[in-house]
Amino acid sequence: MSDVWIFSEQFNGKIETVSFELLHRAAALAEKKQCRLCAVQIGPELPDAELNRLIECGANVVYAVEAPELADFNPEPYTACLLDLIKKYEPEIIIAAATTTGRTVLPYAAMPAHAGLTADCTELDIEEDTGLLLQTRPAIGGNIMATIKTPECRPQMATVRPHSGRPAIPQPGRTGEIIKIKPDADLLKSKTEVTGFEASSDELLLQDAEKVVIVGRGIKRPENLALIHQLCDALGAALGATRDVVDRGWLSYPHQVGLSGKTINPKLCVSVGVSGAIQQLAGMQTAENIIAINSDPEAQIFKVADIGIVGDLFDVVPALIEKIRNGEVSC
Amino acid sequence: MRIVVPIKQVPETRSVKMDEKTGTVIRDGVESIVNPLDLYAIEAALILKERYNAETIAVSMGPPQAAAALKEALSMGIDNALLVSDRAFAGSDTWATAYVLAEAVKTLGNIDLIICGERATDGDTGQVGPEMAAYLKMPLGTYVNGIQDFTDGKLTFSRLVEHGEETVSMELPGLLTVVKEVSDPRLPTLNGKIRARETEMPVLSFDDMELDVKLLGLKGSPTRVVKIFRPKVTRECELQTAEDEAAVAKSADRLFSFLQEREVI
Repeated sequence: MSDVWIFSEQFNGKIETVSFELLHRAAALAEKKQCRLCAVQIGPELPDAELNRLIECGANVVYAVEAPELADFNPEPYTACLLDLIKKYEPEIIIAAATTTGRTVLPYAAMPAHAGLTADCTELDIEEDTGLLLQTRPAIGGNIMATIKTPECRPQMATVRPHSGRPAIPQPGRTGEIIKIKPDADLLKSKTEVTGFEASSDELLLQDAEKVVIVGRGIKRPENLALIHQLCDALGAALGATRDVVDRGWLSYPHQVGLSGKTINPKLCVSVGVSGAIQQLAGMQTAENIIAINSDPEAQIFKVADIGIVGDLFDVVPALIEKIRNGEVSC
Repeated sequence: MRIVVPIKQVPETRSVKMDEKTGTVIRDGVESIVNPLDLYAIEAALILKERYNAETIAVSMGPPQAAAALKEALSMGIDNALLVSDRAFAGSDTWATAYVLAEAVKTLGNIDLIICGERATDGDTGQVGPEMAAYLKMPLGTYVNGIQDFTDGKLTFSRLVEHGEETVSMELPGLLTVVKEVSDPRLPTLNGKIRARETEMPVLSFDDMELDVKLLGLKGSPTRVVKIFRPKVTRECELQTAEDEAAVAKSADRLFSFLQEREVI
């Protein structure tokens, strides 16, 4: 069969938003290829209502591989189960989220499957005459974009940056097939075991935030971050940073936005003192609304901004904070 | 305990410049460095070496000049190095690279642990480590931010995931990919540099391994790069200059009204 698959992920019994983002992207591919869209959900047992959300968001078929041993993510059994499905159903294309899970399972599976795999794609398309998957991703530190395809090996596999696209909108009443699979015991064998877990909230905040302020090197000194924190408070925004700021140790890695950090797709992104190197832009340019404040009129950041202020951030930001706090435009 | 650290020589990406006319990367004069994340893998291996008296071996696949990267690993304290180099390997994608590197590791005999940097700054795929683990049929731990303990053949480590931090126990032999938090790389020492200079660098070529020529190099790679282009940035920016106090106030007003128009406050 020449189906398009997505690799769905769950956490604590709930299907993750990235799965619906993947469905949104993959639906376009399946339509161009005139084939079915299937979701693979490997993990603990989920209620039908939860699995049905995948169908409401565009899947024709859901392969739910369920076992108590799959409650925690574990590369060996997850990959063994995926490989088993690949062998049985021979999909044409598999896309997964470029999460810690997706970026672990796909390469671990690509090797024995002898499949082509492209990491961190920002764009996927189907080539018209060949029907091949065109995978576009940033390369060489984001200085260039490369389009990659897999001419012969199957399946064609790719990981896609989370939050680089919108999730599919559910269509209540949409129908499809849920196929529940109990994996054989030998697929569940593993030499690793998750023995503990400590939840953090730091990471979640940034990627799921509706509004994000990104601070760059223009902030000059770590003490000046207090001003940016005030702006975040006034806006109700989460705080992100460029690699420069993180490398200097002014903010921790979970704050890093860009090619080597997180990709965010918020409703509002305010960049302050960010030059806009391609690597930085890769992490935030899909935000719905972008404001840039920078003293250099030539800064690249202005090319992706909706509105830009050329000025000293230490003048502009306090004025903006005051305006937001007072809640009124003076004339 | 025997530990292998696969490392990669990469261009200093932050100094890479683009030729605006041709849209290609200017590599001339760009310095080559050890992939920064690999330094954390080397340090993690050195800590285990000190703690468990392990033997450490750095392996790199690349052109002959990649020997410089291996010399740096040696000068940090890695015991032995192996360069995997042959024209036949050129153009390999991650699948083919993992295949050759894994076969190279096989020539080293019994290995307990392979530690890789999470990704290289040039290719930025993070795939070769997990692919090597798969080829060598080893268990895999990715995004490792701490290695705690090795007892009774089991390694305990933590890994950073989206929702927090996991603690994992792994029966060795196995492969880990590590992130920055795992260690604080030491600098090469003078003695290390002298030793690196004096250490003979064995080179493994196509003929030294049992490789299927159909599975490596550009031709043996499942993926093909079909197009390279400059990323385009598109948005019409409304630009205002805040050169004095009045203009700053005006800018703040405009930003505030923009926030209201777009219904974000």
